[in-house]
Amino acid sequence: MMADGAIEILISRINYWVYIALMMIGLYGIIIKKNIMKKIIGVSILQTAVILFFVSIGAKRDATIPIIVHTHDSGRTAIRAADFINPLPHVLMLTAIVVAVATLGVALSLIIKIYREYNTLEEDEILPQLRENKL
Amino acid sequence: MLTVFLGGLLIYCSFEFPLWGDPNSPASTHVSPYYIENTLEDTSVPNIVTAVLADYRGYDTMFETVVIFTAGIACIFLLRTFKTVDPDIRLYRHIPTGITLRIEKGGKFPEDSSHFERLDTVWIPYGLIVKTTCRLVIPFIQIFALYVIAHGHYSPGGGFQGGVIMGASLVLYAIAFDLRSAIRRVSERLITLLCTLGVFIYAGTGILCMLFEKNYLDYSALANIFGVDPVSARSHGILIVEIGVGIVVMAVMVILYYILASAGKHDEGL
Repeated sequence: MMADGAIEILISRINYWVYIALMMIGLYGIIIKKNIMKKIIGVSILQTAVILFFVSIGAKRDATIPIIVHTHDSGRTAIRAADFINPLPHVLMLTAIVVAVATLGVALSLIIKIYREYNTLEEDEILPQLRENKL
Repeated sequence: MLTVFLGGLLIYCSFEFPLWGDPNSPASTHVSPYYIENTLEDTSVPNIVTAVLADYRGYDTMFETVVIFTAGIACIFLLRTFKTVDPDIRLYRHIPTGITLRIEKGGKFPEDSSHFERLDTVWIPYGLIVKTTCRLVIPFIQIFALYVIAHGHYSPGGGFQGGVIMGASLVLYAIAFDLRSAIRRVSERLITLLCTLGVFIYAGTGILCMLFEKNYLDYSALANIFGVDPVSARSHGILIVEIGVGIVVMAVMVILYYILASAGKHDEGL
């Protein structure tokens, strides 16, 4: 009985497990890794986790994609909200994905700038150079 | 350590979350039923995602577009160098014989003619298969991108997706040939102008609505211009706005590629 219950919990919330795993990988990359490029990969993984979370919230059982089919009696049959998945998370994530790409571009150009200035992307090699320049 | 702690916290909290695919979850019972039930009456657009994106949440999308635009401009400001530094080595291929010439600094470079083509120093072989395949495929990719933008009302699609596909086709051209031939086709000036034009189309549509004594981005004001009822005018307004978004996204993708691939020099790229 106990094992059945545990498996049921595991399966019924699988979207949350995947999202938590991805989010923790991303956080680990941001906090632990010293290389700036790896930090940015961590940020991207974190973004993916959030996007996955939002999209998985929008799902409904026995529902179809949020596009209303034109039928001959369109307008007369009532549209039931339970028949279509939640369009709102999809709208938000649609823009978030493209904005993520654009901001990734800015991050990469900043990285190129940093590399030209310090000739390295390792944080513990950049910081001493920064302190020297200040003094 | 901290990561494991936060992960444990999230796992603990997730027991409170609604189950997978639950129709009665809080996210699905707040405003989304209104959108699903009233979109067709309000805007005559069957694709609810498009209607919510460009009409109900028009402000949000407009400023997302501005964010993308700003990101593209920021990349130009960060990296673009206008001082042309001659590289140490240039490679040219003599087209009739296929011989590659290597010219060191101080040597005389051949003029731009049909006999010589300049090569990137990182990629010397002649990619006949790649170039021919891309020449065949790129027009179809671009037609598909236009279809995705124009058909966003009735099927999955819209300005963001179509713009990305269009930008990808131009990036594919730049990869298959080289950065210089891509810039000869789509110049930096043109792509930056397109980037601004897209934002201008979106914001201009909003101002046009204000001129007809409606709220900003209330497309029903455009009914007189198109000569249709206010509900269809909304779907036309959505299409115009989506075209603006598509232009911005396409332009910014290409700008990002040009800048990042050549590290701001616009000379030799990937």
